[in-house]
Amino acid sequence: MKARHLIPVLAIAVGAILPLAPASANSGGAEPLVHQDWSFDGPFGTYDKASLQRGLKIYREVCAGCHSLKRVYFRNLEGIGYNEEQIKAIASQYTVQDGPNDEGEMFDRPAKPSDYIPSPFPNDNAAKSANNGALPPDLSLITKAREDGANYVFSLLTGFEAAPHGVEMSETQHWNKYFPGHKISMPPPLSPGQVSYADDGSPETLEQYAKDISHFLTWAADPYMEERKRTGVKVILFLLVFAGIMLGLKKKTWADLH
Amino acid sequence: MGNHPREQFDNPVVEWVDSRLPIFTILNKEYGVFPTPKNFNYFWNFGAIAMFMLVTMIVTGIILAMHYTANVNLAFDSVERIMRDVNGGWLLRYIHMNGASFFFIAVYIHIFRGMYYGSYKRPRELLWILGMVIFLLMMATAFIGYVLPWGQMSYWGATVITNLFSAIPYVGEHIVTLMWGGFAVDNPTLTRFFALHYLLPFVIFAVVFLHIWALHVTGSNNPLGIDVKGPQDTIPFNPYYTMKDFFGLIVFVMIYCMFIFYMPDALGHSDNYIPANPLSTPAHIVPEWYFLPFYAMLRAITFNMNVYMLAGLALLAVVLVEFVWRHKPKYLNAPIGFLIFAAGGALALFGFLADMNQDWEIPMSAAEVAPVPAKLGGVLTMFGSIAMLFIMPWLDTHPIRSARFRPLYKATFLLLFVLFVALGYIGSQPADANVAGIPLSVFGLALTGYYFGFFLVILPLLSRFEKGRKLPLSIHEAVLAKKQQFQGVSA
Repeated sequence: MKARHLIPVLAIAVGAILPLAPASANSGGAEPLVHQDWSFDGPFGTYDKASLQRGLKIYREVCAGCHSLKRVYFRNLEGIGYNEEQIKAIASQYTVQDGPNDEGEMFDRPAKPSDYIPSPFPNDNAAKSANNGALPPDLSLITKAREDGANYVFSLLTGFEAAPHGVEMSETQHWNKYFPGHKISMPPPLSPGQVSYADDGSPETLEQYAKDISHFLTWAADPYMEERKRTGVKVILFLLVFAGIMLGLKKKTWADLH
Repeated sequence: MGNHPREQFDNPVVEWVDSRLPIFTILNKEYGVFPTPKNFNYFWNFGAIAMFMLVTMIVTGIILAMHYTANVNLAFDSVERIMRDVNGGWLLRYIHMNGASFFFIAVYIHIFRGMYYGSYKRPRELLWILGMVIFLLMMATAFIGYVLPWGQMSYWGATVITNLFSAIPYVGEHIVTLMWGGFAVDNPTLTRFFALHYLLPFVIFAVVFLHIWALHVTGSNNPLGIDVKGPQDTIPFNPYYTMKDFFGLIVFVMIYCMFIFYMPDALGHSDNYIPANPLSTPAHIVPEWYFLPFYAMLRAITFNMNVYMLAGLALLAVVLVEFVWRHKPKYLNAPIGFLIFAAGGALALFGFLADMNQDWEIPMSAAEVAPVPAKLGGVLTMFGSIAMLFIMPWLDTHPIRSARFRPLYKATFLLLFVLFVALGYIGSQPADANVAGIPLSVFGLALTGYYFGFFLVILPLLSRFEKGRKLPLSIHEAVLAKKQQFQGVSA
């Protein structure tokens, strides 16, 4: 490639890369996130089913007290490795309102796989009133709705500490290293030994809990990730071969010129 | 068309149709044997690639519209249902979402190509203007499309951008009310945006048709920027450029697919996965990446233009027209011109300082009485930056088209490109960001100054004074010389 071609190509390259530079400033002076190795990282990454199932356990026993997961159906739990019977069993532990029946009455019944996971509060106002005015966000999209979502959730859950001296904190606020603005209304939700991992013997530490729930919430926000990446491999390979063929064909077509 | 004798086709069905409606004759003339300069480089692929992206966007968009609900209470949920419950819905949506970005990438490269090789010049001015109309329509379509998922950035982006129109004197507020369909961004806004988002791509398609029609009248430009002199300079479009376009397209689609399958959300903003909430403003509202340079120009005007500054600018404009645009000054001589220039500059600077230092209390300099408040100034600057592109064929009247033979144009233009990208970076940063204590908006203003200076001053001056390199006699000769040189090197 000659120099006179190189300059516009370089200019284009600069132009292509610069806009991708991280656009968001570190709002509220929060610390850089802790980065974990995730099994779902990279182009061939997959979810770790055992971790997802432990994550669901944490969600059900801890998070679900305040946070909804309203976009996930029980039937979706197939994606974290449960079979139909297990899903039915999990769903039947919940009660949902259905109706109106033939008499026009609403009635309660056990949940079925075709139901959404029920939310802890009937509406946002009820959620706020039970949480000192703060609204616990729905978690179904949380890892997509935060920059570097999985690491953000992990960092947040392990980032609680005592407020620095001289900082005014109200009764209902807690200090978190990673939360923008540091003052978060959520009390530290996890503590070591809180959720039993007797089934698979994983360590019952804060880090392990935080890792499992972040893993689970990443799945909840992006349930088709494995299918997406698998399809991607096929598509890219196909296009590589196709591009090779087209390059050959183009060269052959052009060979008779001049 | 119908008056020319038509060549017969061997296939009886084709012949039956063609003798009644000469669609195959036209296709053969415009895409089969169409004589095309034989020296295109890969920059010439991007028209075809942009066309492919337009079709991709329309096809995926129509299917998405079958599943989408334009209602403020349902829009976000309906998009999530597409992502989770519609078969292949996640793929469709990621193709469409990233497709907007890659459509813009293709079109930006296409525009860059046109500017670098002088494709906007005589006789292709109308072709260029039609292209700019497409670019404007694309910006409108992309902006309203980004509103449809009704996430936080959708809502607040719509609020910020529609509010800009309120800066227009007298009618601004009415325009904004009309766009909103009420007194805030709300359900009527969403439904009309959806209707327009479905309509505009077909308008784009129609203008693309005109754009290609105009292209097929003048014929394509080429990297040398010289006219086609005869049949030895051209080759038929098919198979040479169909094959080359196809290859380039597949490479482009491959990069596009890497985003779709491996980083589908990298070009978007995470806040748009939070449902719109009119009561909670995001910390930092940014448009999509392809608008950032223009957004930076909008925000670069942080000062009000009072009467002093406008009078100063008017004087500078007189000097610009008389001494830069005209080949010979008509009404003024040099000393008077210099006086006016100095007076204009001083007046504009005085006006600026008077606005920055309101406590000086200079008469008629109060922010409230400035004829062009900062917001209007920003809006004018942003739209003006696109207007520059429209009138570019008349700002650059240099007889040589290609930057290859215009070293000064090449240097100043590539600098413009790099600074345009830098403007994009500035646009992505918070409004109060600063570098080494200097507010980023100062850099934004300086780069905006270069942008307008390039079009209004540098291009007319270069048109008059740049000598340029010697042009090859013909495309054919240049191609042969290159080939011989290449063979000489390899032997």
